Amino acid sequence: MSDLEKFRRETRAWLEANCPPEMRKPMTSDEDTFWGGRDAKFSSEPQRAWFERMRDKGWTVPHWPQEYGGGGLDGEQAKIVRQEMAAIGARAPLVSFGISMLGPALLKYGTEAQKKEHLPKITAGLIRWCQGYSEPNAGSDLASLQTRAETDGDDFIINGQKIWTSYANYADWIFCLVRTDPKAKKHDGISFILFDMASKGVSTKPILLISGRSPFCETFFDNVRVPKSHVVGTVNRGWDVAKYLLQHERAMISGMGERGVGRPLGQVAADSVGHDEQGRLEDPILRGQIAAFEIDEAALAAAAERAVDLAKAGQSHPAFSSAMKYYGTELNKRRYEILMSAGGIDALEWESERSKGGARPRAWLRTKANSIEGGTSEVMLGIVAKRILDLPGA
Amino acid sequence: MALVLTEEQSMLRDSARGLISDKAPVSHLRQLRDSKDATGFSRELWKAFAEMGFTGLLVPEDFGGSALGCVADGSLLAAFAVDEGAKHRPLQTNLQAKRSGNGFKLNGAKAFVVDGHTADLLIVAARSAGSPGERDGLTLFLVDPKANGVAADRTAMVDSHNAARINFDNVEVNADHVLGEVDQGYQLLEGVLNIGRGAVASEMVGLSEEVFGRTVNYLKERKQFGKAIGEFQALQHRAAQLYIEIEITRAAVLKALQTLDANFDSAGAAVAVAKARAGSTATLAVQEGVQMHGGMGMTDQFDIGFFMKRARVCQELFGDANFHADQLARMKSY
Repeated sequence: MSDLEKFRRETRAWLEANCPPEMRKPMTSDEDTFWGGRDAKFSSEPQRAWFERMRDKGWTVPHWPQEYGGGGLDGEQAKIVRQEMAAIGARAPLVSFGISMLGPALLKYGTEAQKKEHLPKITAGLIRWCQGYSEPNAGSDLASLQTRAETDGDDFIINGQKIWTSYANYADWIFCLVRTDPKAKKHDGISFILFDMASKGVSTKPILLISGRSPFCETFFDNVRVPKSHVVGTVNRGWDVAKYLLQHERAMISGMGERGVGRPLGQVAADSVGHDEQGRLEDPILRGQIAAFEIDEAALAAAAERAVDLAKAGQSHPAFSSAMKYYGTELNKRRYEILMSAGGIDALEWESERSKGGARPRAWLRTKANSIEGGTSEVMLGIVAKRILDLPGA
Repeated sequence: MALVLTEEQSMLRDSARGLISDKAPVSHLRQLRDSKDATGFSRELWKAFAEMGFTGLLVPEDFGGSALGCVADGSLLAAFAVDEGAKHRPLQTNLQAKRSGNGFKLNGAKAFVVDGHTADLLIVAARSAGSPGERDGLTLFLVDPKANGVAADRTAMVDSHNAARINFDNVEVNADHVLGEVDQGYQLLEGVLNIGRGAVASEMVGLSEEVFGRTVNYLKERKQFGKAIGEFQALQHRAAQLYIEIEITRAAVLKALQTLDANFDSAGAAVAVAKARAGSTATLAVQEGVQMHGGMGMTDQFDIGFFMKRARVCQELFGDANFHADQLARMKSY
């Protein structure tokens, strides 16, 4: 037996022994996600147990170095952990922007002191992070951002406004893009800086969305004082860090459409639509749409697997995450259009207990942001055209 | 297993690419078409393929001398006769095989038998029991095309390749020419078809990639309104979408081929996904290719039309995207 096969066998046995049955069921509500943070609450005992066991094993982030609370696994081993978790439908024990966005940027651009300070608190779920990128006048044209950071001795004084800050009202710290040189060209005067959301002068205001929920906030900075040592990378070179982090953000968002666990969409649809006498979905056009969707979903899963393997083999293009982001988000929107169509009038209930407070229509509406957040589909296609296909212009 | 080519596979790809771009560029097919070549393909090229080992990739080495060995070394051409109607429906097979003496008598007709007009051996799917639509009752036969009652009609197809319509009129076949078990041929048939589907899906990925490469080059070269047409966002976004479709399909096809290697009997879903995706992607690639080449894309002088025609044939071969979507839905019970 090869070392990897042995590792797979041990992983399978450990997960079998340690993942509570409740944590192997598909997530159905926001409460099923554990985000960590100073005010973190577990929604159930199994959720707590699962998180703590995974944390103690270093598997909230299996591929980060052990010194930062990760599992120290190499790419092949981390893939095995993912596969074995998927095989039993295990939920992620901890979801956090610290893991999926800030961590990779800190590992690449952070000082040793910054890594030691922040990464262990991410892996242990102690600090919940939010992302200060977009501004009211800097959306797709992110580099035109205006939030300014002015020097005052060893500190920066930060003033300005961010928008679409996911869960800013629950976050402990923020990684934020600020303008440190207003005279430089727009990409050259930006810095990437970290600060505590409890700092004096930080305030947040949730934005009510079409889903009736408020996952995003407006975030205001009024003379917020931040030590210059909190800049990640070089002052005025923050765009490099920002772009690198965006690649990871796009990979994360493209994965929102990935399921692979739970019941096939066709069977979910059959609950409401029914079968004909041959056992096929009663609505033949919907059946065809679902089959076409599931083909694309399986193909995307293969492409996601291949993207990881290509990166390991040193053959990946840095802009490929834009391709995956585009496809994954458009696919997830399709999934929810199908779910709404399959659900019929049942999927229109907004407040009833039967509908868990309109879980399906609210989730459907939430997916519409997928192809906007983290770079619109149109921006993604522009990046692919220019950076991968090398098409001329702009 | 990682979803990237191994070093050995990359070398194989490079040697295939070298041979084909040297000996069989599009101009080679164009010449076969224009000269109305009697065989419809180059036996010399087939020999070169055999010498490179491509014809024997699926055959273990210790079969030298046998019929299988002759297929592997390129000296014996076998053709696969499955389809009967306009669409690929293997379960609907209705060519009759009735027991007679020490063997069977075959009656019926096959269509879309690729290169069936020059084959030295036919592998024929027939119904020895039951009714069309049933899994039980299918049997595969090895049939000599020169046997009494076999009549092959060569048909030049839209892609300048050849397929035959073949009639079987009281064709006698010995019992020892049954491939596998009598009445139990479905699993063997489905396995062979899945290998064919994986191969055709791969061909369609290559075809899509080639059309796409030519099209992107054209977008960079062709100037209108004083600039390269590739500067226009309307075309940039469509090119980017096509690129993404091709890359995702490439991954799906790699996955299916690896599943066929590792877990042959449970590769059905992965193969259905790959063949369906490859069909849709190739269809998109050739349509965008012709459209973005403008009027030039419509000319016979330009090669791009050959790819469009081949993609149409590959879609139908061993089941189109709709067939495989339906298969997937059946596998998942909806």
